[in-house]
Amino acid sequence: MERFLSRLSATWLAASFVAALLLATGAKAQDFITVASTTSTEQSGLFKHLLPEAKKALGFDVRVVAVGTGQALDMGRKGDADVVFVHDKVAEEIFLGEGFGVKRFEVMYNDFILVGPKSDPAQAKGKDVEAALKKIAAAQAPFASRADKSGTHAAELRYWKAAGIEQPKGAWYRETGSGMGPTLNTASGMNAYALTDRGTWLSFKNRGELVVLVEGDTKLFNQYGVMLVNPAKHPHVKKDMGQKFIDWILSPAGQSAVAAYKIDGEQLFFPNYKPGAA
Amino acid sequence: MNDIGASLALALRLITGGDPSLWHVVLLSLEVSLAAAALACLLGLPLGALVAVERFPGRRAAIVTLNALLALPSVVVGLVVYLLLSRAGPLGSLGILFTPTAIVIAQAILVMPIVAALARQFVEDGWRDYEEQLRSFGVTPLRAIPTLLWDLRYALFTVVLAGFGRAASEVGAVMIVGGNIDGVTRVMTTAIALETSKGDLPLALGLGIVLLAIVLALNAVAYAIREWSAKHHG
Repeated sequence: MERFLSRLSATWLAASFVAALLLATGAKAQDFITVASTTSTEQSGLFKHLLPEAKKALGFDVRVVAVGTGQALDMGRKGDADVVFVHDKVAEEIFLGEGFGVKRFEVMYNDFILVGPKSDPAQAKGKDVEAALKKIAAAQAPFASRADKSGTHAAELRYWKAAGIEQPKGAWYRETGSGMGPTLNTASGMNAYALTDRGTWLSFKNRGELVVLVEGDTKLFNQYGVMLVNPAKHPHVKKDMGQKFIDWILSPAGQSAVAAYKIDGEQLFFPNYKPGAA
Repeated sequence: MNDIGASLALALRLITGGDPSLWHVVLLSLEVSLAAAALACLLGLPLGALVAVERFPGRRAAIVTLNALLALPSVVVGLVVYLLLSRAGPLGSLGILFTPTAIVIAQAILVMPIVAALARQFVEDGWRDYEEQLRSFGVTPLRAIPTLLWDLRYALFTVVLAGFGRAASEVGAVMIVGGNIDGVTRVMTTAIALETSKGDLPLALGLGIVLLAIVLALNAVAYAIREWSAKHHG
């Protein structure tokens, strides 16, 4: 009995030791900052290209958590990120107004595109996104919406509004409640129309029958901004390293690293930081 | 069908290719899942055994609760752990959100009910068989727990593996509390989810096959060890 007890407690001790050790290594402090960013930058592969260069230039790790713009800003509000790197100017300015961000810098842009089935049942193909949305609503052709409060979702709702449709409703309007990639997977699966950023589209492989139907409309411009989370609200924010990352991505080296990212020879993001014009 | 064939070939190339970033993801998956399973067993095995042998008020309620917790949605666990570990939450000062530690905690919470519920079943059966004998030696139910756990160790081995399996296959909670950060908290399941998001279904499935192969190999080794030790020490 005693032998059993001692053997058992020995096993238990060993197990807890291993568990504690693993926990300890996980919590080991390292030089890094956390950047809350969007699924479009992650799923387009931009960060995979950018982060090694940032690390080389800065000497610390940049850890990116990719969620929708709404959730990314919320991570900043909670103090779970040092820097936010998102694309919804309206929401970003609210974030600044609430005092959660220090200053907003415009980093780069790409554009939104409207994709849909090659057969284009609503005859949406053209140069005008609002006209296209009107036709899709009139034809009640299936449309897959992010519906996740992301930057792309916010843009989509603005375009509907501009097209005179306050809130699209009906069985044809399908809210996926998920990221850009999953929404494109859904659209591809049911031959629906969808609004997407070009970066995610270019790196998206499961296109099925989907093709680009509307592009080049100036309204489809998609600006990305970067902000340091305000250390006055969250004292633990790594403001020096966070600012260094922002300075780097706005520097000529960072900006050309953004421009250098290409898929099949096509550039995905266009740097447009203008010094002095924050 | 074509996709599945392509994925199998890709999985084979991934396993034999020795891509260091893939192995990092694989190792991290195993590390956090094993740690979570160990932590869950540390709490779950004694808890399950206690509920099995001890008679106390509210015992039935405890059993029903343990069994119900088996259906705990992982996203809910992820969300609760996220809110606890967030800088705005009660444990925020630890600064462990988006680290492997956060993943271990979420997984352990998910695995613990499985370990406890299964352990309770095994120990209860064992107690039924040995109660008379143990009582005749003057062993109280509480004192019998270590003996029972030790005696049932081979049966409980399956419980540990079940817990590990649950941890290794988990994606919802791990995505929320880990953040799927490349090189830091990206594990097999979140890597698969990311590739699915990118529409690269063959690669996603390929990674899934790699995960399956590793878990299979691990289980085979565990089974062999169990057989061997049962023969030599049984």
